[in-house]
Amino acid sequence: MNITAEHVIKFVERVAATVKEQRDYLTDLDSAIGDADHGANLDRGFSAVLTKLPTVADKDIGSILKTVGTTLVSTVGGASGPLYGTAYLRAGMVMGDRFEMSADDLVAALEAALEGIIARGKAQRGEKTMVDAIGPGIDALKAARAAGEELLPALRQAVAATEVGMLATTPMLATKGRASYLGDRSIGHQDPGATSAFLMAKAMLAVIEEP
Amino acid sequence: MKKLINSPENVVKDALDGMAAAHPDLIKVSYDPDYIVRADGPISGKVGVISGGGSGHEPMHGGFVGRGMLDAACPGAVFTSPVPDQMLAATKAVNGGAGVLHIVKNYTGDVMNFEMAAELGAAEGIEVASVVTNDDVAVQDSLYTAGRRGVGVTVLLEKIVGAAAEAKAPLAEVKRIAEKVNAHGRSMGMALTSCTVPHAGKPTFELPEDEMEIGVGIHGEPGRRRVKIASAAEIAEMLTTPILEDLPFSPGDNVLAFVNGMGGTPQIELYLMYNELVKILNGRGITVARNLIGSYITSLEMAGCSITLVKLDDELTGLWDAPVLTPALRWGL
Repeated sequence: MNITAEHVIKFVERVAATVKEQRDYLTDLDSAIGDADHGANLDRGFSAVLTKLPTVADKDIGSILKTVGTTLVSTVGGASGPLYGTAYLRAGMVMGDRFEMSADDLVAALEAALEGIIARGKAQRGEKTMVDAIGPGIDALKAARAAGEELLPALRQAVAATEVGMLATTPMLATKGRASYLGDRSIGHQDPGATSAFLMAKAMLAVIEEP
Repeated sequence: MKKLINSPENVVKDALDGMAAAHPDLIKVSYDPDYIVRADGPISGKVGVISGGGSGHEPMHGGFVGRGMLDAACPGAVFTSPVPDQMLAATKAVNGGAGVLHIVKNYTGDVMNFEMAAELGAAEGIEVASVVTNDDVAVQDSLYTAGRRGVGVTVLLEKIVGAAAEAKAPLAEVKRIAEKVNAHGRSMGMALTSCTVPHAGKPTFELPEDEMEIGVGIHGEPGRRRVKIASAAEIAEMLTTPILEDLPFSPGDNVLAFVNGMGGTPQIELYLMYNELVKILNGRGITVARNLIGSYITSLEMAGCSITLVKLDDELTGLWDAPVLTPALRWGL
């Protein structure tokens, strides 16, 4: 099966709904090791995305993702605005004017997104950031594809690996972002950025799983 | 949460409306994207000086827009960096043909959003230079952190650099002076109570009645350590010693001494702290050549203070003394 532009629209709507629902949870995680704004910022950004979505409802996947990216850059602020904004923009650039994407296209789009995040945030794996959730997710997706898995099972494995990556940020020492100011005191808290990345992965799977 | 607000969503906009209403002679406010510019700008042939950051630190930065200081300020949501659209719009609005300097506090989000704005400004043919302040000695500057936070030095730097730009110094010169102030300045803060971010609705951290946070950031981020409350003299020592050792400051130095309130501390306590600071500095043979005492870079209603010292030479002293006319700082005019 392929991912259609319609799936992508549903995915974005689902992320917006999830972020609204989990807003206080994300902000609480951020209060512990950051500056208590992650949930509110993403909610503001994806609420703005929802108002823009009708303008790209019948457009190609590239246009949809690029609109999400520029809207996030323009409305979120903080570190997550440029990071997620860049991620969606880069994924959109890879997809271009296509209306459908295969599992391998998804891998290419996600890899471009992660490269964008790493270029903008200068973070590597193991520094207690969203990279620690997204990276293992992409690895799992690629491994599943290499083993001949179809999109849906491959995506399930990817989301499971993203969750493992997210949970693995808890014992990590933060060396990037505002949490790094805490030094050892950052240990024992789950990273809010890795958490929002996992929520997005889960939203993607849910949309593909829908009958 | 008890605050003088209409709703958490509208805090920044409502406050900007208030600033516009209070100071029409000095500033103009633009919305969507939000920024504050000086009323008499852009000024042809003058470097435009812009800063910005999350709201909740007032009067920084909007209160420093005016003659002899900032040409524009970009307020983000409370404790959230502004977005590139704001800095790009402000950069275009203040460009008088001599280029634009971005003053950025060293926080991951601020740096990234300003970086994107600078790239967009350059793409439109505007020469943009940036300086990142990172004066907080409470944070280790190492490979294992995002680097030191930009705090109190930012206020002093904006005044000094604004004076240089007002005197029509070229962009490279304005940037050099900005880097010099940052290199010669160090700060450290402390908190007696937490602050409450309006959209969070509850205190950012819990601090028992008899404890204080030494090395706190301006967003309620924890600092070096949490200790039992002490006398003002002891607190002044805890803040000043790491500052003096870090630069280091030496006997014979002239300094600009800045005792800053975090938002919830009365002026009487700030003067009391200043007195303790002067005693420490005099004891080490350091001369307070200039001072600033008041709440200028705040953390909402947090109680506490920070101390900033900048080593002065004739160039920086002259620029500090130059006239300034902004909502929050004014002298000589």
